[in-house]
Amino acid sequence: MHEMSLAEGVLQLLEDAARREKFTRVTAVWLEIGRLASVEREAMAFCFDAVTRGSLAEGARLEFVETPGSGWCMACAKTVAIEALHEACPDCGSYQVQVTGGTEMRVKELEVDS
Amino acid sequence: MCTTCGCASGETRIEGDALGHGHAHDHSHAHAHDHAHAAGPAYVPAQGHSHMHYAPAHAHAPGLSPSRMVSIEQDILAKNNAYAASNRQSLAARGIYALNLVSSPGSGKTTLLVKTIDMLHGRLPIAVIEGDQQTSQDAERIRATGAAAIQINTGKGCHLDAHMVGHAFGKLPMPEGGVLMIENVGNLVCPAAFDLGEAHKVVILSVTEGEDKPIKYPDMFAAASLMLLNKCDLLPYLNFDVDKAIAYARRVNPDIRVIRTSATSGEGMADWLAWIEAGVVKARGLQPNLQPLPA
Repeated sequence: MHEMSLAEGVLQLLEDAARREKFTRVTAVWLEIGRLASVEREAMAFCFDAVTRGSLAEGARLEFVETPGSGWCMACAKTVAIEALHEACPDCGSYQVQVTGGTEMRVKELEVDS
Repeated sequence: MCTTCGCASGETRIEGDALGHGHAHDHSHAHAHDHAHAAGPAYVPAQGHSHMHYAPAHAHAPGLSPSRMVSIEQDILAKNNAYAASNRQSLAARGIYALNLVSSPGSGKTTLLVKTIDMLHGRLPIAVIEGDQQTSQDAERIRATGAAAIQINTGKGCHLDAHMVGHAFGKLPMPEGGVLMIENVGNLVCPAAFDLGEAHKVVILSVTEGEDKPIKYPDMFAAASLMLLNKCDLLPYLNFDVDKAIAYARRVNPDIRVIRTSATSGEGMADWLAWIEAGVVKARGLQPNLQPLPA
């Protein structure tokens, strides 16, 4: 995925929230990144650091919360836990798995100073 | 940074101009300010959340701001998705069928587009938005066919996004009741995640690239509705396994439609045009007041 664009997206959300909630500094950001999301944590941390320099979130701590990957296996007719996209069902080996969870990339919450 | 709305448009240029705005934006700014502290704890608990910060009044020094938690619960790509939704509405209002063409660099997208325009010319209104890091070579090639084209240069950017494309709408004679082709930056990775407001993504894979591309770059093939297997006129000179390529594409996307094409020999072009025209009919169906197409 594109961590630099994502980091810019996060900063935009922070700036919008700052206007809405009237705070001036962000000291920590919790990102909810699904297990199946194409986000590389180190790249994300690096880009976040670069993008927030000089902003209201400069020096903010970045925390990751991972949500598990899940998919509906059409062959098994049940939900299975999956570790990666486009891989076979861990139980039956079929590729007909529709992802049902774990691709999220969200800003969950912030720690801010008013 | 876009100076009107503060969005990160970086070095994006449309026909040489940096992004400016004709439409209104909320210009409120966050201001740093002194504030008096009320007595008592000052925290905003986040939803369903265990690590709250509690700042008892007697413990914090006057003049220091207490920390609090603010719940956001928003998709990181929310802004792009909002612009994409707005683009989609704009297109629907004019009955325009928009396609986002994605591929590696060198797959033959532009040549295929030129051939498509030549074969469509007169039957349907058509315009093209071109995306490249630098140069307006592609837009110029399209214009040489007589169709309207606009070039977006992303500078260092590796994909088009909905914000840039929305800006381009304002600078292009939009093909009412026709088709808008958006030729994305040549890149099999990043454009997959960026909704531009299109009806479909069309992935172009040329037979000189290797049949395993769909499983090596699965996100792109999963995001596309149609795969054009291009440069088929070269098959006699290659060891390319067409069936394998299609099987791989169907593994990552069971619903993907596949058309074998060649801009050079004309193979598959009729099917590709029929697919486009079916989409145009659907898009026009949403806007019954449009001028009828020439017979």
